[in-house]
Amino acid sequence: MLHLASVVPEQKDSQQKKKRQPFIYVVGQNAVLFATSTVQMLGFIGEATLSCWNFLLGKARFRRIDLLLFIEECGAESLPIVTLISVLVGLILAFVGAVQLKLFGAQIYVANLVAIAMAREMGALMTGIIMSGRIGAAYAAQLGTMQVNEEIDALKTMGISPMEFLVLPRLFAMVLMMPLLTLYSDLLGIMGGAIVGVGMMDITVVQYLTQTQATLDMANISLGIAKAGIYAIIIALSGCMRGMQSGRSAAAVGEATTSAVVTAIVGIIVTDGIFAVLCDALGI
Amino acid sequence: MHWVFDTEMNTVNSKVKLKPHIIVSGLTMAYGDFIIQRDLNFTINHNDIFIIMGGSGCGKSTLLRHLIGLKSPAKGQIYYGDINFWDAGPAERSRIMRKCGILYQKGALWSSMTLAENVALPLEEYTDLPNPAIKEIVSLKLALVGLAGYEEFYPSEISGGMQKRAGLARAMALDPEILFFDEPSAGLDPVSARRLDDLILELRDSLGTTVVVVTHELASIFAIGSNSVFLDAETRTMIAQGDPHMLLAETVDPKVKEFLTRGKTVSAETFSGWKE
Repeated sequence: MLHLASVVPEQKDSQQKKKRQPFIYVVGQNAVLFATSTVQMLGFIGEATLSCWNFLLGKARFRRIDLLLFIEECGAESLPIVTLISVLVGLILAFVGAVQLKLFGAQIYVANLVAIAMAREMGALMTGIIMSGRIGAAYAAQLGTMQVNEEIDALKTMGISPMEFLVLPRLFAMVLMMPLLTLYSDLLGIMGGAIVGVGMMDITVVQYLTQTQATLDMANISLGIAKAGIYAIIIALSGCMRGMQSGRSAAAVGEATTSAVVTAIVGIIVTDGIFAVLCDALGI
Repeated sequence: MHWVFDTEMNTVNSKVKLKPHIIVSGLTMAYGDFIIQRDLNFTINHNDIFIIMGGSGCGKSTLLRHLIGLKSPAKGQIYYGDINFWDAGPAERSRIMRKCGILYQKGALWSSMTLAENVALPLEEYTDLPNPAIKEIVSLKLALVGLAGYEEFYPSEISGGMQKRAGLARAMALDPEILFFDEPSAGLDPVSARRLDDLILELRDSLGTTVVVVTHELASIFAIGSNSVFLDAETRTMIAQGDPHMLLAETVDPKVKEFLTRGKTVSAETFSGWKE
């Protein structure tokens, strides 16, 4: 038995990995890692842009049926959860507003609050966060598993760009569906607000709707939709990127999925912040 | 199938017998600073069934990834014919790879597509054949690997061995000049493994395909191999090359001998150790 243990000699530099490193080294290494991952991210975005360009030139190749399937997955199949969350967010906004506005006897302005908040911010934001969890995670898991199964290698050696074949249809499906879902979310949020307004604060349905109509203008709605389009790109690209970067094990796919959702949500919130500052500066 | 090609292939055979197809020269493979293998030099001739062998973790699959353009060498060159594979641009590499078929370790079928769609994709991408013709070729290729009638199945609905065979059907879709196999018999039962070996021989003989096989399956190595290279994990380089039968008969290197005889030298020592 002891002899069996010594038949295969120890691999010398296999030990090297486990050596403890001084703190300064670890910090430095993480800094370098951060830099390389930023470069990778930029590289991915660049590649995706090139693929889109190829698509516009009519050279990109992916299966139309894939695009339709992804559209179904992130459009129609997302409706129930978007419905639920949007109505509830509308309700919550109305409640929060109602308590404060009642002090001034200005309950009718609940309609303004809900309409503006949903159209400008919450519609796109909540849809974005739902979609990061639903779709971004799914994309990362799909592509990560394809990486594990060598399916992406098989595409590459076949001379088919994974960026065009796998990423483009997912990206397009998201960019097409997110604005529509956001519009739907706005509508349901306003409905949720109306439930509180009409049900609990002597406002009639007609009053509520007229007030809403008077406040909402095209600028508010299109701002929300523009945000939704940008969130869609962030969600789809971070999902696909983490999936493509995934290692070749089950644990790595799990990490890729988590990381995709985190990247997407951070991206969405930061973008929203930038939008808020820009809108303020531009007076939109 | 093979009577069609018999006469012309025989003449072709004699002409191309020792024409180099892939030349690897001074190849060093590394992940970052960690060198996997260094100074690899070997030639894969037309019509060879070339075996890349060695113990687990010695870099066999990594070598394959270099040959099929998935990982670039740290040093050294790989030539396909006269073309320096890694110095040529991506377009040229992709053109070369179009003449190669690859069977991955687990089949690597695209899971969102049926078997028929899997095999049809390369045909749709690289030929102008009309749909009915593609359908016919797909059925033929699937029948060749014993999967007739499974066209509309998804990869997840069939067994691992069948996935592997379907992967082979896809690798053969474009009638490649070179077929790469990554551990072809891993996960197959002995009879299927034997059938796969026969199929590899048949492909070589009837279509004149050059075959490169990564394996450590001794039975396969001796059944099909016409040339080989032995990678050693410890010294990180190749320590033997040539026809596996000749290697078995002539090698003096204890590691190669141990590998090719299924570790007889080790077990003898172990037994003597036990007696003490």
